[in-house]
Amino acid sequence: MIFIKSIYNEVIKIALKPRSYLGIAAITVLVGVILFALKSDGMSIISFVTSSFEQTLSFEGNVLNGNLVAFIILQMLIIQIPLLIALVTGDLVSGEAAMGTIRMLLTQPISRTQLLLSKFIAGGIYTLVVIVWLGFMSVIMGKLLFGTGDLMVLNSDGLVILQEADVNWRYAGGFLVAFLALFTVSSLSICLSCFTDNSIGPIVTTMSIILLFTIIGTLDVHVFDSVRPFLLTSHMASWRSFFEDPLPILDIKNSILILLIHNVLLISISIYVFNKKDITA
Amino acid sequence: MSEKIIEIKSIAKKFGLFEAVKDVSFHVNQGDVFGFLGPNGAGKSTTIRCMLSLVKPDSGSIEIFGKSIFTHRNDILARTGSIIEKPDFYKYLSAYRNLEIFSRLSRLSTSKQDIYKMLDFVGLGGREKDKFSGFSHGMKQRLGIAQTLLHNPDLIVLDEPTTGLDPQGIIDIRNLILRLKNEQHKTVILSSHNLAEIEIICNRMVIINKGVSVVEGEVKALMNNEDLVVRLELSNKEKAKALILAQYPNMTITDINETNIELPIEKSMISELNKDLVNAGIGIFSIEAKRKLEDYFIKMVNT
Repeated sequence: MIFIKSIYNEVIKIALKPRSYLGIAAITVLVGVILFALKSDGMSIISFVTSSFEQTLSFEGNVLNGNLVAFIILQMLIIQIPLLIALVTGDLVSGEAAMGTIRMLLTQPISRTQLLLSKFIAGGIYTLVVIVWLGFMSVIMGKLLFGTGDLMVLNSDGLVILQEADVNWRYAGGFLVAFLALFTVSSLSICLSCFTDNSIGPIVTTMSIILLFTIIGTLDVHVFDSVRPFLLTSHMASWRSFFEDPLPILDIKNSILILLIHNVLLISISIYVFNKKDITA
Repeated sequence: MSEKIIEIKSIAKKFGLFEAVKDVSFHVNQGDVFGFLGPNGAGKSTTIRCMLSLVKPDSGSIEIFGKSIFTHRNDILARTGSIIEKPDFYKYLSAYRNLEIFSRLSRLSTSKQDIYKMLDFVGLGGREKDKFSGFSHGMKQRLGIAQTLLHNPDLIVLDEPTTGLDPQGIIDIRNLILRLKNEQHKTVILSSHNLAEIEIICNRMVIINKGVSVVEGEVKALMNNEDLVVRLELSNKEKAKALILAQYPNMTITDINETNIELPIEKSMISELNKDLVNAGIGIFSIEAKRKLEDYFIKMVNT
């Protein structure tokens, strides 16, 4: 019971902290700008992509529809979202230490493990809210403004055209995997947050790690070949797999497994460190 | 004999190479207002943090309510209220919200009315919706007291609770502690740099110096073990000195100014000396016992 109350407390604290709304506001503004740009001059962007196929294919109907708009938005923003997540979750433990409230919390009759797990769950709930808002702004607003239609996706294998009726479940799956990837970012930042009493450090370190892993992931150097498949960042774009035809089930399962292992490891390390920690702040 | 609420035996704690606590032992009885004294860096805060499971000692044992803090942490903390160093709350939340957050983690169900009543009790009535960031130091301290008492704890640990308070605030907190002891029979541990406060409020105390507990016992007994230094303000200092030396030839009398002298004397002899001086026609304007806790404290920590 006290665990549930602690989760509720953590959610309330996030909800009442002004910083938490930066992520939501940033998504609103960024998606708003992209929607405005696509509405104003979207067809010229689409023509630039389709022109290379026009000798072999003819495009009919509403190509620039809500499904395509949502895909473009996700593609553009999914790299920035981890920063917005870490901005809130990286502060969940170290921010309490910096404020001194960790002292007050840890003299309450709740175990350190329960308190920390309630922070992980609250971080997960915040991540879910951000993802749902991103989904609303991209898919729902995209469809409202641009209508619906078949989704045309350009990937490394070429052009994939997905039937309108075949798209919604792919978005649902894509958002679920994106949530798992972002939850891993949240776990990483909370884990780092257990090591310090400085509230900015874990946020900056989380972003630095993501940047470093992204660079390692994109560098075509053999020395990194063995680690690349296990990097968190290698699986952050796995949501895109849902928009391939046929669906690469094994790749998706592999990404989900690796992200889950990341979470288990990060949460275990955090519990160990937090339980051993002397509260001197 | 009173029941022991806290029993600390030979705790030690190192932070890296620094030995914050070397060997601290003491016990606190049910209903005590227990003074926790020591100069800065003596290890008071570390000891209190060990008691509340914020810091794990390297060795020694801590039993509270007859249970080890290492194995029954949650049961002990459910019956304990504390302010460590200074009360820190969420700056972006109101006084009410802050208390609500902490009350949810207690085992006692607390209603909205209970929180309002407690805020009223500590003098923050009408400020429930004000954000903590806008509170003065005294108000923060009062909110800390409210949080400490909200779940009706049996043991209250107050680390420097009157720091930064105005004189009225200090009196209020002092009266509150005495009320908690006398009316609700709570056990209170009071760490304070205000030694006069300890002398007035506490019945037992421990003095810690350089990470070691130097002395522990009843405040009155510890004070009465030693001779006092009494300062007298007199109408005729020279006549008084002659009279005293006639009766106590080995007495060392120190001149302070034209009317004041100081002399070491047992507490029980003050009334007799007073009577002798009055009978000799010497006016006594004031008698002040100089050996207070400050002197005792300085003597103990310099031993």
